[in-house]
Parts: sequence; C-alpha cells; structure tokens
Amino acid sequence: MKARAFSYARPTTVVEALQTFAASGDDASYIAGGQSLVPALALRLQAPQVLIDIAHIPELRGIALQDGWLRIGALTRHCETLSDPLIARHAPLFHDAAPYVAHPAIRNKGTLGGSIALADPASEFPAMALAMGVELEIANLSGSRRVPADEYFIDLFQTAIEPGELLTAIHVPVVQPSHRWAFDELARRRGDYAIVGSGILADMRDELVAQIRLVLFGVGNTPVRAKRAEDALRGRQLDQSAIVAAQAALSDDLAPPDDEHTPAAMRIHLARVLLGRLLGRIAEVA
Amino acid sequence: MSDALTSLDRPNSYIGRSVPRPNAKRLLAGRGRYITDIVLPRMLHVAFVRSPHAHARIVGIDAEDARKMPGVRLIATGADLAKVCKPWVGTLDHFKGMKSTPQLPLPLDKVVYAGQAVVAVVADTRALAEDAAEAVLVEYEELPAVIDIDAARTPGTPVISPELGDNICFHGKIDTGDIDTIFAGAAHVVEEEFHFGRHTAVTMEPRAIVADFDPNEMRLTAHHATQTPYQFQDIYARHFGIPEANVRVVAPDIGGSFGMKLHVYHEDMATVGLSMLLGRPVKYVADRIESFVTDIHARDHRVRARMALDSEGTIIAMDVDDVTAVGPFSAYPRTSVVEGNQVFRLIGTPYRFQNYRADLQVVFQNKVQMSQYRAVGHPIAFAVTERLVDMAAARTGLDPVEIRSRNLIPDDAYPCAAPTGYKFESLSHHACLARLRELMDYDRLRAEQAELRRRNIYRGIGIASFVEISNPGPAFYGVGGARISSQDGAVITITPSGDVRCAISVTELGQGTETIVGQIVGEHLGVDRERIKVITGDTENTPHGGAVWACRGAGIGGETALRAARKLKENVISLAGSILQEQPDRLDVRAGWIVDAASGRQRIELAEIARIAYFRSDTLPPGTQAQLTVAQHFAPQGFPFAFTNGIQASHVEVDVETGFVKILKHWVVEDCGRVINPLLVDEQMRGGVVQGLGAAFFEECVYDDNGQLTNGSLADYLVPMAGEMPDIEIAHVETPTLDTELGAKGCGEAGTAASPAAALNAVNDAIAPFAASIAQLPMTPSRILKALGRI
Amino acid sequence: MSNSININVTVNGEAVSRNVAPRETLADFLRGSLELTGTHMGCEMGVCGACLVLLDGRVVHSCLMFAAQASGSEVETIEGLTERAAIADIQEAFHQRNALQCGFCTPGMLMTAHALLSQPGVPTRDEIRDALSGNYCRCTGYESIVDAIETVARNRAAPAGSKNVVAEVGA
Ligand SMILES: Cc1cc2nc3c(=O)[nH]c(=O)nc-3n(C[C@H](O)[C@H](O)[C@H](O)COP(=O)(O)OP(=O)(O)OC[C@H]3O[C@@H](n4cnc5c(N)ncnc54)[C@H](O)[C@@H]3O)c2cc1C
Ligand code: FES
Ligand code: FES
Repeated sequence: MKARAFSYARPTTVVEALQTFAASGDDASYIAGGQSLVPALALRLQAPQVLIDIAHIPELRGIALQDGWLRIGALTRHCETLSDPLIARHAPLFHDAAPYVAHPAIRNKGTLGGSIALADPASEFPAMALAMGVELEIANLSGSRRVPADEYFIDLFQTAIEPGELLTAIHVPVVQPSHRWAFDELARRRGDYAIVGSGILADMRDELVAQIRLVLFGVGNTPVRAKRAEDALRGRQLDQSAIVAAQAALSDDLAPPDDEHTPAAMRIHLARVLLGRLLGRIAEVA
Repeated sequence: MSDALTSLDRPNSYIGRSVPRPNAKRLLAGRGRYITDIVLPRMLHVAFVRSPHAHARIVGIDAEDARKMPGVRLIATGADLAKVCKPWVGTLDHFKGMKSTPQLPLPLDKVVYAGQAVVAVVADTRALAEDAAEAVLVEYEELPAVIDIDAARTPGTPVISPELGDNICFHGKIDTGDIDTIFAGAAHVVEEEFHFGRHTAVTMEPRAIVADFDPNEMRLTAHHATQTPYQFQDIYARHFGIPEANVRVVAPDIGGSFGMKLHVYHEDMATVGLSMLLGRPVKYVADRIESFVTDIHARDHRVRARMALDSEGTIIAMDVDDVTAVGPFSAYPRTSVVEGNQVFRLIGTPYRFQNYRADLQVVFQNKVQMSQYRAVGHPIAFAVTERLVDMAAARTGLDPVEIRSRNLIPDDAYPCAAPTGYKFESLSHHACLARLRELMDYDRLRAEQAELRRRNIYRGIGIASFVEISNPGPAFYGVGGARISSQDGAVITITPSGDVRCAISVTELGQGTETIVGQIVGEHLGVDRERIKVITGDTENTPHGGAVWACRGAGIGGETALRAARKLKENVISLAGSILQEQPDRLDVRAGWIVDAASGRQRIELAEIARIAYFRSDTLPPGTQAQLTVAQHFAPQGFPFAFTNGIQASHVEVDVETGFVKILKHWVVEDCGRVINPLLVDEQMRGGVVQGLGAAFFEECVYDDNGQLTNGSLADYLVPMAGEMPDIEIAHVETPTLDTELGAKGCGEAGTAASPAAALNAVNDAIAPFAASIAQLPMTPSRILKALGRI
Repeated sequence: MSNSININVTVNGEAVSRNVAPRETLADFLRGSLELTGTHMGCEMGVCGACLVLLDGRVVHSCLMFAAQASGSEVETIEGLTERAAIADIQEAFHQRNALQCGFCTPGMLMTAHALLSQPGVPTRDEIRDALSGNYCRCTGYESIVDAIETVARNRAAPAGSKNVVAEVGA
C-alpha cells in the first residue's frame, strides 16, 4: 500500500497553485488535509504526477462575517468548524454536524473545503452546505465565481469545480431568528460515515413552515434535497400529519443505492425514521 | 487491591495475585520490537501480484518490463519457488476420509481464490516492489467460481480440484441412536436455521516475516510474527530441506495473533524461498488490504438444529446439521476441519441430555482458506445451543434461568461425558449460574425490562452457558500425524549472581505468559519476581514445545515452569545442605535466601550459593557437583483436554425503528481453575468478549457472487470500537484441574466462546414482543429490521 | 518528476533535515529514516489510530500525510513524549491497569489519551470512549484503557496531595 511516485509542490498563493496545476498538464491533485486523498493515493486509486499542497495558502484561511454572509475559508479544519464561535452562531448545521465527522485526529487535519470539494455523498459537510443554501467560491486563472449549493452538486464525486479550479471559500447565509434547524445521522459506529443522515433548516413564521430546506445524505450520488417532502411541509404546521406526509413523500425524493450491506429499502426506511425524528425536534422548539 | 493479610502475604506468594506485566513498560514507551520494525543489513522487500479472479487458469506471465524497473532484484513464479520448497497437504489422519490438495508457495497453473498471490516481486523497497508488481502482466482464463455452500455440493457443480473428485473436504457423523423416535415422542420440539458470517482476526499488527537465509552455513533465521515458533521451525526445516538445528525462528513482540498467526501462509513460505533464492534477507509485511484477502477467515457455517424436550422442560435430545465452507483447500498444518469438528462436538455440552445426532459437512469453495481463530467452533456451538434453550424456555413457559438450572449438568455429577465424546473432569455450571444471577441482579433487570416496554423501550437480556477446551493433549493434533507438540519445555538457571533465567517454550503475545511464568517460578523457587528473567519466542534459546494455542499457555506452560522450579529448588537446597552441613529437609528457599524451614531464619543468600557453585567449587565437599540449571518437559496426561466452563449475560436495547442495537452491559462468570493472575485473566476475558460482540453485531467478510470480498478494508469491515462496546463485569468460580499440580486451565477463549450466544439471546429477547426472531450473525440493523418486518 | 526533496522538520525537539521521496508518508519516514519505530502502522488509511503522532501539538495520523507536508512543522512521537515525561502518569496508569496486551495499538492510544487529558475538566467514560473512536484495539476490549484514562483524569484534576492511587497492586 504505497503511493505511486509523484512530485510535490507547495504554492503560497491561489494564483501560484492554479498555475502549478496548469503547468502539470492537468495531471495534478490539490491536497488540503489529505484525509481523503492520501488513502486514495496509498491504494493507487489515484496517481497524479504532481501533488500540489494548498495548506500553506493564507488566502484560503479565515472565518469572517461579510454583509449577512459568513465566509469560511476552504482550509478551515473540522476541529475549527467544531470550535469556532462564529460558525456555531451563524452556520449552526456545520457546527452540529462536526462531531459526527470522523474521529478527533482526522478532524485535526481534514478541511471543510476538502470535504465539500470531494463531495462524498455520505459526508456531513457537503449535505449541510446544501441544507444551509451556501454559496461556493471557486477560483480559476481567469477569476473567481460563486456557485449556489443547489447548482454545485452534479453527480457522484462531481461538482461545479472544473479540473484545476480551487474551492477558496464557503459563504453561508447567516441564520435568522426565525430559523430552526436540526441534524442527526445513523452510523454503525461513532465517526463512521452514516448509512443515512439529514440536516434541516426551516424558517418558521407564526408556527407555520414558511420555508424549509430538507437534505439527506448517504442516499444517492450526491446529497439530496427532498423537495417533495419540503412541498408537503411548506405552509403547514409541523404536526404529526404534516410529518407523516413528508415521510411518505420521501420515496419520490430518493433513489438510494441498493447493495448487499444496505438494501435501498432500508435506506428509505431509515431516512423516514430520521426525518420524523428531526422534524419532531424542530416542532418541539418551534 | 488492599487485601487483608492472607496466605498471599508470604514472601514470593505470587500465584493468585494481580501483578502487572513487567514487559509491558517497554511497550508503553514505544520500545516494542515487532517484526515490522526489524531491519537487517541488505534486506529486500517483497510485494505480490495477486489474482483478480476467484477461480482461473494461469495462461501466461509476462514480467519482462517489470524486471527492468528500478530496484527490482528478483521476480519469481510458482515454478521458481517449487524448486526450493516441497508441497504441503493440510490433512490429519484422525479425520477419516478428509482430503485436500498439495500446496506450493505460489501456484503453478491455477488460482483458486481472489487475492491469491501469483508472482513475487522482490525489490529494494516495498514501494519499488509494488511499482514493479503493477507492471507484471498475468493472463488468466476465468473458470466458474464455486461460492455458495449448497451449490458447492450439488452434483454437476464445477469441482475446484478435479483430482479430489468433488468439493467435499470432510464428512463427519455422530449418532447415539433412535433420534427420530425420540423427537417423534417429545412433548416439545424447537428448531431453527442459523447463519454465521465469515469473519477474520484483524490483528492490529498484520502478518509479517523477515526470512534470512545464509547459504554459507545452510542456515535460516526467520523473524516471524507467530505464536508457534517451533511448529514453523519444523515446517521450514522439512519443506525447505534445511537441517532442523539450522533453522531458527524468532518471534519477538507480536501485535496480536488469536490463532490467525499459527497457520502456514503461502506468502510466508514464498518469502523464505525468496531468501534462499537470493541469499539475502527478505521482508514481507502484509498490508491491511492483503490481510483481509489472505489471512485465514473463520466461522462460515449454516447450522440447522432442533432440540427435543419432555413436558417438564427437560432437554432430551438434539439433532444437528452443520455445513461449513472452508475455502479451496484445507489449511496446514492444523487443517480446516477442526472448527467444524468442534462445532458439532461442543453443541449441547453444558447440558445433561445424552441423545445426540449430528452431521458435519466441510466443503470447498473459491474463497480464502478458513481455519482456527480464537475460540474455534465454540461461538457457533453455543449460539446454536443457547438460542434453542431460550426458544425452549419460551415454548415451555419457563424463565431462561429456570430452564438452565433444570438442564445444566449438576455440579456433583463429575466426571462425566458428553454424548459427543468429550470428557469432563469437573465443571461448575450451577455455581456459575447462581453467581451470574446475583452479579447482574437478574430479577431487577427483568422488572425494569417490563416497565420500559410499557414506554416502548425494548431491552433484552440474554444468557449463555458454555464450556471451553483448554490444555489439549496429543489427542488434538499429534494423533492425527501433525508435528505439533502438546508438551512444553523449560530450562531454568540460577545465574552466578543469584538471579534466575527461565527459558520456556510458551510464547508471549501480550496475554502475559512471561508474567505468569515469572509468578510461578518466583513462588515455587522462592525468589523475588524482579530477579527472574523469562525468555520466550526463540527456538535457539528455548526448548521445543507447543507454545500457545487452544488455551494451553497457563495450564501446560505454567505446569512446566512449576515443575522446573521445584526441581531447581531441590538442587539448590541439596547444595545448600552440603555447604551449610545441614539436613536438606530442614531448609527452604524464601525471597532469595536459604532459610530454616521451620523458623524462617535466614542462613545464606542464594547469590552466595551461586557464587560458590560457579567460582569456588573447590570449597564444596568432594563429589558435590552443583546443578544450578535444570530442564523440564511436561505433557498433559489424564483427561485429553481440561475443559473450563462459565456463563455470560448480555443486556441490550434495540431501537425497533432503526434496527440499531445499543449494548448496555455484559457479564461473565468463569471457571478457569486456579487463577494465577486475576488482572490478566479478566483482561483476557474482556478482550475475548469484545471479539465475540464484534462477531455478533459487526464483523462479516461479505463476498459477491463472483467470489470477490466486497468489504476488505478496515474502513469497510467493521471491527468493534470503544464507543460501541460495553463495560464488562467479571466474576470467578475456581475449580482447579487435578491433572496438574498448578490446577490452572485456559481462559483466553472463554470470552469469545459465548458472548455471541448471549448477544443473540438478548436481541431476540428484546424483539420478542413483536413475535420477531433472528438467527443470523452478525445482527446488523438491516437483518434486525427484516426480522421485525419493517423492511 | 523530482525523485527526492529536502525537508526540515523538528522531531522530538531535534531539528532534522533529510532528503525524502515525496511519496514517503510521515509514518514511513519516522519509522524508516529516523528509526522511531514506536509509531506503528495497522492500516495505512487513517482507520486504526496506531500511527498517531503530534503535529504542531495536534494529534494526527502519520499514515495520512507525506513527510514532505510536514516540512517546517514540529512532530512529536511516543519516544519524544516518553523522554520528556509528558505522559508518565498515563503510562503508569496503563501499566497498573493492564490497559494493553500486545501493545501494538498502545502508542496511538497514549496519543489520544494525551490529547484528551490535555483539555480541561474530567471527561466522562462516554467522552473517553468517544475520544477513542478512531483507535482500534483487538486485544483489550477497551474497558481497561477507559479505566486508565479515567484514573489519570481524576488524578490530574484532584488537588495535589489527594491523588488516588491507581489500582494499587502487586507485592
Ligand atoms: C477514517 C476516516 C474516516 C472519515 N470519516 C468521515 C466522516 O464520517 N464524514 C466525512 O464527511 N468525512 C470523513 N472522512 C473524510 C475527512 O472528513 C476528510 O478530511 C474530508 O472529506 C476531506 O478533506 P481534506 O481536507 O482532508 O481533503 P483532501 O483529502 O486533501 O482532498 C480531498 C479531495 O478534494 C480536493 N480538494 C481539497 N481541497 C480542495 C480545494 N480547496 N479546492 C479544490 N479541490 C480541493 C483534493 O484534490 C482531493 O481530490 C474520513 C476520513 C478518514 C480517513
Ligand atoms: S496506520 Fe494510520 S490509522 Fe492505521
Ligand atoms: S493491545 Fe493489542 S491491539 Fe491493543
């Protein structure tokens, strides 16, 4: 289990990183925390010619409020996502999900940007990015753009990031006083990727669901917004019948993978159970 | 522990005491020396090209490009290694009719499981060897793979080894007679079909070997992560044609074994052969991915069983059909039949009934070999037995404790024998049951369970009795023709400064062998433990012996040490008698002093005796020859095995909506005879229980229809981790074996033997209100949800 | 492709300058080039925790980074922590409680214990088990490890002079 040979570059600016990538003839990988990439290299599932270490680029760091958005630098490590007070206050689903992401040592190294760039469909942070409706700041040699989460996740491990581009920051619309949220997941062991997980962000006005973003992960090729379930809830009180309607709608929203270990029927069943529990929690505090 | 003054307060009274392990300090400081750490001058590294197919003919191997790659020293195929290594066959004579095919380090023309090593690439570093291995092209012609246990036995199915005629490795039967009649007349019959998933040992340190062959002296030194160095000394000598005395096997610190590291692996044999071909040290360390596809697996069984009871709830008979699929050939030298043999002989053994019929079929299939792993056969035998007992309890309306107390062999009924042939010297099932009931506060838990059910919280309590095979005599392997020793040997020396060295054939795997040997020698020689150095794990420095397997370290190795210490003490006292001009029977050795046996008055220090013996023999009376080194061998006689027994209980909570189980608590009451070191015994128990809970809830090697292992990495194969495991409470009942003076039996496998059974009963108890039941391990959420009819 | 690059790392307080192949992991570098074999490898993919080391004061997997990435950083291994007696009480508690058998997981366990116990407060048993969620041990069943860590946490929190004696055993 030893990686194939590669050469190593350590740029200190975004532009330098992008240029290094371009110069490699596209046969390069960025490495941030390396917590997903290094195992893939060790297993020789990936074998770039050049490894571009982006961990020393100051532009990719920092957490700051800007015009109603929280800008979180791509290099923010999971442990910071867990401990940072601004994230806890303004991007609470990242904060709530963080303890469920892997184990303490992995959280010391893995980055939010790396997790969202990789977009593992079983990962917590990409799903919470979708639930909170974040915008992803992506840079290439001609400039930088912001892509809404709803347009970002394309397919399995495929996002709006084009080869050679860098995810530089995550912009989170800060939560409002009328917002309620909940996160939970079902994983076999602590720190494992979940069989099914969910994050919900609801805008509750006069005890009614004004807006809701209901996201499930572990149930498809990307994190999934359960739009029919959202429809079943919008404008309604979060009572038992609304919750049951949302649970029922899930089978139209999800087409989970079917494998020996976890049959599709089980994922849908668990998604329903989880959804019911989370909506129940939101109803309690609403 | 702050004991009151007891017999333990005599000097050097170590037996029965919780002393920590002296050799653990080194490991805590990061100064362990594992095979993976060993670097020898001019050492090379091997990587293997492995088969992507479960069953295929090797059509051609093209290593042209690979040979030219940087750092490559040798690329060897099956034919190359066949020149230096004689084939082996994993059969034992006492399994009548068993068959298997000859094996070579690398195959000549066929691969029989996915991941099988086909070509060896030796290079300067492991990374370079892997680079070159990628460049070796092997052409295969795929053959139909035999995966399913029923398909393997169906006429017309492809035969994996046509020279054997069919895919049956072994067929065994036990029948005490009239079983059909007994079942027909029984008041109650319960039956179930059980499925047990393959799982594997997942030792923290993977398999590793550094083979160092010196052609000048025809000498092989194998630094080998194994629990049985002498067995490998014998195997390397015979299969590579090296004089036995020229083969040295060194097993320093071993990062876990659990039975997995005592089998012959093709890669290990290849590594020895490569070292011979190259005349240089060659290192092989399995990476975790290789471990999953090549370490032995265990426990792949389907058991159909039924139990007959009379109207009083007395068990009167069992009828069992066990099919197990062991891979494409039988493991060497211990075979792949022992597990099945133990399953069908251990079923029912805690209970009194004497009518038994069982059929065992061991079949070949295209998956990696299965063989012995911790608690061989026991977890299956007791899961089957204990689940049926609980089903019988439900059927007869008896409480699970009550039905057991009606049926367990009475504590005063020994010696006695099971219908399967096993003989029991003295067990304590009822004492253990009583102790367990009080330890776990059974009645309170039952009341709490009823109360919680009203609030839709579903907890379950599961109980499982067991026996465990320990201290095996030659009936285990020796009679079958295997060169596996059931005796152990020790050499003890008083050094010139009065310290003690004990070189012994049992080995240290972290279970504490060196510690208990030190305790026993200290107590029986009369020397402080701190002055005793125990040497293990090196065939050059210790006498030949069985080492550790089947829970024999304490019982047999410990008895060897005891007898050696006594013999040496006699020599010391007789020498002291000559020096002091005193009757030897008036002297004793305590805390490193020769003392008056009656008064305890110190007469002369042991160190002084040693000084005189080694340096001033001129001052000894004429004719006195000091013998401060003794050798002792000990092989168990009397009962073929020293059975231990015990009982376990598991308390779980099932989330009936998700199928997830929270393990709340686990209890063990265990009788391993004389407890030499409670601290070590309890930790053996806990570790064993957790391995069993892994099997009960998490661990399974899942194959697809093509014979590919689909979860062969530590990220996908779920081992039990700290967060999901419970605290485990342990109590002891002590019934020493009278076959030895020490009285110790084994304890290393008891935890694993019955924790899956207890867990299985607990989960079934929890879901009983839904008229649901489960009979498959591991009990994953999807299986529990299916049992509950939720998916 | 450059075959080797120069890295500068401080390892156990000592400045180290070496040429390494970029593909060499920090674990292989520590074990191979620096002979610090107390760092173990059980999976090479971040799952077993045997390879944990401190990188700039934080516990990380040395199998999940390349030595090149560590250039400019401070690394501390079990050998370093042992030599500066930073975890002597944890090691002693593990020893007394027999919280290790084969010892292969132990350096990683000690790293996790060190990180956990460096935080203020006395963790609950559940928090200890949670902190250990990335540390595999096949031998012990974990309870003794949890016990040992709990004992140290209590001792460290107790005012000087009132320390519990760890499972006082032995003659
Ligand atoms: C044992 C284990 C358990 C884990 N469990 C979980 C879990 O439960 N949940 C979970 O979510 N994750 C889990 N992870 C993964 C972990 O969270 C990773 O840290 C994370 O997914 C990737 O972050 P990274 O910074 O390490 O990315 P890297 O590994 O460095 O990179 C991942 C990929 O993203 C690319 N990339 C990284 N940063 C950028 C960027 N800024 N712009 C463009 N591309 C970029 C890389 O090129 C690479 O392809 C686990 C990992 C391990 C080893
Ligand atoms: S070797 Fe690094 S976590 Fe297993
Ligand atoms: S002590 Fe052996 S793996 Fe933990």
